[in-house]
Order: sequence, then C-alpha cells, then structure tokens
Amino acid sequence: MHNFTPLASLAGGVLIGISASILLLMNGRIAGISGIVGGMLKPASMDWGWRLYFVGGLIVAGLIGRIVSPGAFAIAIPRSLPMFLLAGVLVGFGTRLGGGCTSGHGVCGLSRGSIPSLAATMAFTLAGVITVYVVNHLLGGSF
Amino acid sequence: MQKLFASIAGLIFGAGLIIGGMTQPAKVIGFLDFAGKWDASLAFVMGGAVAVSAIAYQFISKRTAPVLAPEFAIPQARAVDRRLLAGAVLFGIGWGLGGFCPGPAVTSVLSGHLAAPVFVVGMLAGMAVYALLVEHAGAVASDCGAVLSTQDVDA
Repeated sequence: MHNFTPLASLAGGVLIGISASILLLMNGRIAGISGIVGGMLKPASMDWGWRLYFVGGLIVAGLIGRIVSPGAFAIAIPRSLPMFLLAGVLVGFGTRLGGGCTSGHGVCGLSRGSIPSLAATMAFTLAGVITVYVVNHLLGGSF
Repeated sequence: MQKLFASIAGLIFGAGLIIGGMTQPAKVIGFLDFAGKWDASLAFVMGGAVAVSAIAYQFISKRTAPVLAPEFAIPQARAVDRRLLAGAVLFGIGWGLGGFCPGPAVTSVLSGHLAAPVFVVGMLAGMAVYALLVEHAGAVASDCGAVLSTQDVDA
C-alpha cells in the first residue's frame, strides 16, 4: 500500500468532526464547504460575513501548514493546469447541483443519517473511482 | 461572536484536512485508485469525521436552537433524484480528475502550488454558472415534480 497514514488521517478526521460540531452547536450551520463558498456568490445573501470568516480560517490554516509542513501540499499528479481548471468547473457546478460535497454530504449528511447524502456520497465516490480508473489505467495517467 | 466561531471552525477544519492528507491530490487519487496501489487513508479521515460529528449531533439535536443563532440552518431532506445524482457524478468526475474537493482546494489556495488556485477559479466559475442557470430561474422543479426551493440545495 502506498504511503498509508491511518493515524494521521484519523486525527485529521477527528479535527474535521470537531470543527463541524462547533459550527453546528454555536452558529447552527452545516460545515459543507461547497455550500459555504457557493453561498458567497449569491448577491442577495445577507449572511456572508460568517462564510468569509470560515473560508479565512481555512486559508490561514493552509498558510500555517505551508510553514510547518510544506510537503503536505504536494500536488504530485501529472495533470496540466487546464485540466485542474476543468476539474474545478466540474466540482463547482456538480456540488451546487447535487447540493453538497465531501464535507456537506460525506461528513455532515452521513453523521445525521441522511439517506440522500448517503446516495450522493456513494455516487461521487463511484464516479471518482471510475474516473481515476479511466485516467490512470486506460489513458496512461497524465493529462 | 458568530464570526469568531466561524474562524475557529475554519482553522480547525483546515488543520484536519492538512493533517489528514486531503490537501495532497496524489493521496486522494491513491484512495480512488482501486486498481492501483490503493491508499485507504482517506477512509480514516471520513470515518473519524463522521464518528465525532454523529456523536456530537446526538447532543446538539436535542437543543431547540444553536448557542449564537435563533435557529438551526440544517438542509431539509431532499429527494434522491436525478439532479442530486447527476450533480454528485459531475463532482466525482472532477474529484477524480484533479484530486481536489472544495475544502482542500480552498485550504491550499495560498500553498504556493499554482494547481490549487487554478482549480478554485474553475470551481467558482462552475458555481457561478450554476447560480446563473438554475438559481436565478427561481424555484426549480425536481424530477419528481415537487418544487424545491433554492434553500434546500445547500447541504
């Protein structure tokens, strides 16, 4: 198995769970990143202050992480920048259409026992597995 | 106060993503690569996050309101319809292609690698296209014929 990190990953997951619990308990909000970011694009939305602060927290965590452990941001996959742009477009549109991403459906939805979130999580994981199979094993791995 | 706790939650969330390995696209691809050298690590991220959130939810859901807001903004249950599944599939294709989902991409945006901000620009464009095409049309009919408000697509 390549670079298997069960303890660090479990610890990271626990932190994500604590964060989602704090946001729900204090602010009554779901820690779904696509929903939080997508909500900032609605001009009529009156509640984008907290969204900005949450996203700011993520970016500051990234800056601290960059100093403490630069290797934690290694890209290490052979993709061109236009391919990252296309991937971003698909993720942005898809998460809004499907109503959530890995955090909103995967973490928050599953922890509430939501059946639609379970269906979405299975669908996006399966689509990801098939995409990686096609890219890495049928098309040679680089794009 | 809500902004303070949103900042704290964002910081902890970002730290969790970094420590868990989610900000490394190669590791995400490794998790999705069942036919290659499968890296199960991300299942531990998901497992840890869901376990903690599920336990906390048992307590939080007994409250009538959150500490700092008048009510909980929890998405209403929506149907498992074609929109939900099509959106999830498009997201999964992008996830498998770029190795980023929204949280790790935003966390990595100033990490010094150009791939992350490029991905985030694409993501914001995709979200903006959705907002223009779908949300600005007002309430949209779901596949079941029921009318979903734009509120309940915000998981």
